[in-house]
Amino acid sequence: MIVSHEWLRGFAPHDKSAHEIGELLNDHAVTLDGLESLRRDIAPIVVGLVVEQAPHPDSDHLSITKVDDGSGTLLDVVCGAPNVRAGVKYPFARSGTTMPDGLLIQKRKIRGHTSNGMLCSARELKLSTEHDGILALTTDAEPGTPILEVLGDLGDSQLNLDVLPNRPDLLSHRGMAREVSALLGVPLALADLSQAGYDAAAAAAPTVQGATSATLDGVTVRIDDTASCPRYQAVVIRGITVGPSPEWMRERLEAVGSRSINNVVDATNYILLGLGQPVHAFDLQKLTEHTIVVRPSRAGETLVTLDGTERTIAAGTTMICDAARPVALAGVMGGRDSEVTDTTTDILLEVANFSPRFVRKVRKAVGLLTDASYRYERGIDDAASPEAALHCAALIAQLAGGRITARLDVGAAPAARAAVTLRPSRVAKLLGDPVPTPEITRLLQALGCTVTASADDALVVTPPSWRQDVLLEVDLIEEVLRCRGFDTVQDELRAFRPGTVHDHPLHLAELRVRDHLVGRGLYETRPMPFTKDETSGSRLQNPLAEDEPYLRASILDTLARRAEYNLNRMEGDIRLFEVGHVFLPSMDRLPREEVRVGALLLGKRRPPHFTDPDPTSFDAWDAKALAESLTKVAFPGATVALVPMAQGPLWRVDADGVTVGEVRAVSLDRPVWASEAFGIELTLGRMPSEDVAPVGRHAPEAGTAGSPSVAHVVYRTIPVMPAAGFDLALVLPNGVSAAQVEEVLRRDSGELLESVHVFDEYRGDRLPAGVRSVGWRLQFRHPERTLRDKELDGRRSKLVSALQRELGVTVRG
Amino acid sequence: MPGRESWIGAVHPVSAVIDEISAIFRELGFTIALGPEAETEWYNFGALNFPADHPAMEAHDTLYLTDDTLLRTHTSPVQVRTLQAHTPPIRILCPGNVYRRDFFDATHAPSFMQIEGLCIDEGISFVDLKATLSEFARRFYSGSSKVRLRPSFFPFVEPGAEMDVEVDLGDGKGKRWVEILGCGMVHPNVLDAAGIDSEKYSGWAFGMGPARIAMSRHKLPDIRLLYDSDVRFLEQFAR
Repeated sequence: MIVSHEWLRGFAPHDKSAHEIGELLNDHAVTLDGLESLRRDIAPIVVGLVVEQAPHPDSDHLSITKVDDGSGTLLDVVCGAPNVRAGVKYPFARSGTTMPDGLLIQKRKIRGHTSNGMLCSARELKLSTEHDGILALTTDAEPGTPILEVLGDLGDSQLNLDVLPNRPDLLSHRGMAREVSALLGVPLALADLSQAGYDAAAAAAPTVQGATSATLDGVTVRIDDTASCPRYQAVVIRGITVGPSPEWMRERLEAVGSRSINNVVDATNYILLGLGQPVHAFDLQKLTEHTIVVRPSRAGETLVTLDGTERTIAAGTTMICDAARPVALAGVMGGRDSEVTDTTTDILLEVANFSPRFVRKVRKAVGLLTDASYRYERGIDDAASPEAALHCAALIAQLAGGRITARLDVGAAPAARAAVTLRPSRVAKLLGDPVPTPEITRLLQALGCTVTASADDALVVTPPSWRQDVLLEVDLIEEVLRCRGFDTVQDELRAFRPGTVHDHPLHLAELRVRDHLVGRGLYETRPMPFTKDETSGSRLQNPLAEDEPYLRASILDTLARRAEYNLNRMEGDIRLFEVGHVFLPSMDRLPREEVRVGALLLGKRRPPHFTDPDPTSFDAWDAKALAESLTKVAFPGATVALVPMAQGPLWRVDADGVTVGEVRAVSLDRPVWASEAFGIELTLGRMPSEDVAPVGRHAPEAGTAGSPSVAHVVYRTIPVMPAAGFDLALVLPNGVSAAQVEEVLRRDSGELLESVHVFDEYRGDRLPAGVRSVGWRLQFRHPERTLRDKELDGRRSKLVSALQRELGVTVRG
Repeated sequence: MPGRESWIGAVHPVSAVIDEISAIFRELGFTIALGPEAETEWYNFGALNFPADHPAMEAHDTLYLTDDTLLRTHTSPVQVRTLQAHTPPIRILCPGNVYRRDFFDATHAPSFMQIEGLCIDEGISFVDLKATLSEFARRFYSGSSKVRLRPSFFPFVEPGAEMDVEVDLGDGKGKRWVEILGCGMVHPNVLDAAGIDSEKYSGWAFGMGPARIAMSRHKLPDIRLLYDSDVRFLEQFAR
């Protein structure tokens, strides 16, 4: 909302500067987004101090001066004014400045002497019309200070105020003035609307009322849809002369960036911007049968609006019509065929109450946001429309002449506002400290509330008609706080009780896996979760991009696209991970949601070094080991197993026997120079999305307990005796896995076995196809004595025969 | 000659901001709550006192899955779920991804991180809101930062406010007021919708956007850098 400081002052006469008013409103009511002097044309002019002054040798009226403009260098300036004196400050235009009249000040020579700028007169700055030489300034401001800061409020200023969606009452100058009046304690005034004679004539005009229709002065108004249009007031003015508006009206409108059109349209805009009531003027003679009917449109009806666009309206949409056809889009825009023109003599003013929801529907249907629809949608002051109608009629009679011949008021006035009970004890409880009841009363009365005391120390408060946002006790408490100011609240940390909610286990898991993967050299990513892959079955109704309308079902799918993005930029070392949500098909209303971690490895295992200038690339084994350690970190204490898969992923990841994820080769759109990509995806847990409890109900038993406890590590005595062991080079037939072999080795090695690991794998020419040789190293240790070779040999033969018997595994010769 | 290095990983800059915010609130007794990103209209709007078909909802241009399910437009549904599932005192932080129907350009993204906080108990007042959030702001920026509150409107709080901090962002423009969070006393309708007695309990809530903070502290010219996952961007945050 653009507010003119002068216009605002008209409704709330105060002595504050535009800056002070902006700060006041910013602290108590709205956000100040900007403040601009309407004299920004002189913004580049600064304070200049004449340090030296001497007559020009080749002229009898010019002076040569040295001017301090705050830049640190004294400037030579030739000046023609008789009143220039050393030691005096003047407005100074540096070379390069454009003056209000468009003149560009340039460095130039005047009778042989260089002049770097111009000392200015009041007339050159368009501050006055007198020409008494240059303008001597009495100011303490340093040279170089912008002149706008020195001269105070010069002319009008524009305040750009961001009005909150619950405060439509502030969408007018008078509305904003009400806040200023309440905050500063100044009375409200009527600004430019106090032309008593015109007001009286408007009030005295013949009036007729009707529940759904009325006729007077040959004009009929009828409402067929009182839900959309509860009240329609029409004012008839005859014998007007349409012409330009006077200077003061043009200044008002231009000060808020609005264009003056003619005296009638300007008057309606004045009422809109001044009082917040949209008003539309029809040319009465262009309304068929001088009739207004608010009725649902019929099939095929169209309307050419003021902007020249032909609008086709869905049949059944309530429109403002004359006896024959639609003439206005209710609450949004008038029609071109009935608009006021230079030759109009009789007009009908529409001052209507429309339902916010109805106007919103019409506005959305036509996609046309106007000043009127903006206000109607948020809610105008329904009770104030008769007053606005009178003011508008009086203003038009004043500006365009004519007689107000009839007022038709059809429909019902809004219901009186309900009173709200306010307990001062509740104010103290919510605001943290008590507020004296007389102060509460005074603050609310200043806002236009009527306040009476009730028997039980409570206040009975009736909010004013324009404050439709104030409905509950807590709304009144907000008003008290807002008007007193947030500064009045103590900044004091008070004692608190610890909460009953534990950290969400998935948050803790996320932190653990993140630390682990960052420690392993991976970068955390936060990409968009949208995809073209339809696995999730969750398609957005209104996606932003039609090529990615689905929610993802896999994090690796997202990471693969990010890897391709990097490959396209010639980056081949890509180590990415993400912890995020995926969405899976479900029989419930909402998709099944899981929190997962995904990691992708592609490129060199380590940075090149002079000892290893071309490191090898990540392979499946790197991904497997990372998956194993990651799973242990994600599920502390769980037994982790990676199960090789015959098809699809390379390994399935199990934790305590439950499948939690997989390791796989990631297929990418990959240039020839890039290495293969491997990925890991683990489900950390499900994120339930069922309703916790029915609406309005509390179900504390549904609360989560803390994380499950993890078994502590039990200390094993550090060995003092030496270890002993042997290697087994085994030939594994096709289909026998290393995991199966290891199971037998562990089972039959006895309790002295300390470790088992694979140290070699061979496939090739010297073995039949599908058969491989795998080397194992087994290490044993007795806690109290050295193991003898004989004991080891016994174990070896036992293992070899068991392997041969159970798996067909033989010792390699 | 140079030593032999390993790859060094990096936490995403937005995660780093969330960690810092969380660390401060943890010291003030807050724990972390999470919830689903796909929500019902009731959890996202209805339970939070959004009037049906009101212009206030336009600021939350919503991505819908079906007519009454959607991608959450804020993490406030987690507050509602927590209020339903736990008995006060409640002191929680809700970090998470949220969604708005904004086109993906240099300053907007349809999916972004938010962090909200909620404090509910008997006798919690606006003093607690102001003092806790001011304390947070001074710890997050610097102890000497000036803090102010301005009136604001969010359907789920009353009174509602925005908090500004006077900071020098190092962009050559000097000290100025920068909006850091929205906050307010939890609306009684929100407590009632979750089955909590609004006469007995009161509290406050706040919400902030860590991506904005990350952009300003790292001088990012384009929000898309945070999503593209370009390794040349991410490696700059390696520690």
